[in-house]
Amino acid sequence: MINKTVNNVQDALQGIENGMTIMLGGFGLCGIPENSIAELVKKETKDLTCISNNAGVDDFGLGLLLQKRQIKKMISSYVGENAEFERQMLSGELEVDLIPQGTLAERCRAAQAGIPAFFTPAGYGTEVAEGKEAREFNGKMHIMEHAFKADFAIVKAWKGDEAGNLIFKGTARNFNPCMAGAAKITIAEVEELLPAGSLDPNEIHIPGILVNRIFQGVKYEKRIEQRTVRKIF
Amino acid sequence: MALDKNQIAQRIAQELKHNYYVNLGIGIPTLVANYIPEGIDVEFQSENGVLGMGPFPFEGDEDADLINAGKQTITTLPGASFFDSAFSFGMIRGQHVDLTILGAMEVSENGDIANWKIPGKMVKGMGGAMDLVASAENIIVAMMHINKAGESKILKRCTLPLTGVGCVKKVVTELAVMEITPKGFKLLERAPGVTVEHIIASTEANLIIEGEIPEMIIG
Repeated sequence: MINKTVNNVQDALQGIENGMTIMLGGFGLCGIPENSIAELVKKETKDLTCISNNAGVDDFGLGLLLQKRQIKKMISSYVGENAEFERQMLSGELEVDLIPQGTLAERCRAAQAGIPAFFTPAGYGTEVAEGKEAREFNGKMHIMEHAFKADFAIVKAWKGDEAGNLIFKGTARNFNPCMAGAAKITIAEVEELLPAGSLDPNEIHIPGILVNRIFQGVKYEKRIEQRTVRKIF
Repeated sequence: MALDKNQIAQRIAQELKHNYYVNLGIGIPTLVANYIPEGIDVEFQSENGVLGMGPFPFEGDEDADLINAGKQTITTLPGASFFDSAFSFGMIRGQHVDLTILGAMEVSENGDIANWKIPGKMVKGMGGAMDLVASAENIIVAMMHINKAGESKILKRCTLPLTGVGCVKKVVTELAVMEITPKGFKLLERAPGVTVEHIIASTEANLIIEGEIPEMIIG
């Protein structure tokens, strides 16, 4: 067994420097690496390029890094829930690259899987296609998209083991499995870190080969963005 | 009478077929789930990574790890499954989802759709909309026929930045059901009590009108 455990979030985030490109898992506030984001705020790492589907809300998730102006550029598909984000974007303080969600996911997966580029129909004929190679396959137009290049990927899983194997829960899975192994170094924070052998190999979603460092996070807040309930008639 | 949002959803629900996998967008499309016709089994896909989405949870049962693409808390039904985002969009691009229902700000007579950006005003991002419209075989748009300023949103050419080109098949508004044909919008049905003349006056694009146009049947 190759042991991937590190003692804490500080050790996990060793080597993250100003100006780096970081992938962060999560969809909205669901499945985000809360401990690592809090530590990045504490470390005051600046000029980050963040690849993440969303940008958090004003006072949680990546919104915490935006508040402290630690993000230079965001690469996301949807950023609608964050007033501070909007302010920084409109004032030009923040560079923003909005890309289709499936393209974002596939650019992560391509990086993970060693595929330098791929063709997708998403965005053809729109401003997303500007400057990109277009090609027809089977009578339909596609545009070429490239794999991401990132320094660190930070993912959040439900359970993990010392070997770096990961299991996700519900829709907190989202971008996390796509980002594991898609950067030079992958950090996984998990709610429960178990000894190797505790997880059934049949049930593992992401094998430890894609994870460089794993640690057990603390005090997950798991904030709900849109609490929606059924009425009892 | 023009339809309200629930009635638009009710009319669109009539397009659901037995054993369809369906992706519902945010807004009016979400309401379609409330009107699944009797005897029809469908499974809802949410692009953040779930198939077999159920109704909202009862108070106290909300799970932060279980949400839909609108970030609302949800439940799952028997037979449900979870998957990652790349897989989810693979399922969409691979045309395994039978029907996509989404909202729009503008639709044009060649099937173009604009629903993600108003330059200088609203720049929130396209989310999964561009992947969905570029990939889905069958797209129905739920939208309002005219905007708050009284201007038509059913156009010869979209004025807003596009989400996708030549992809919309059918549009259901508060006034009408229209099909997009190679020759443009064809009026299929009108809202109860709404005249063909009123629909023509509310539509900037040309409308193909053949014979009597029946009223929609709602409820």
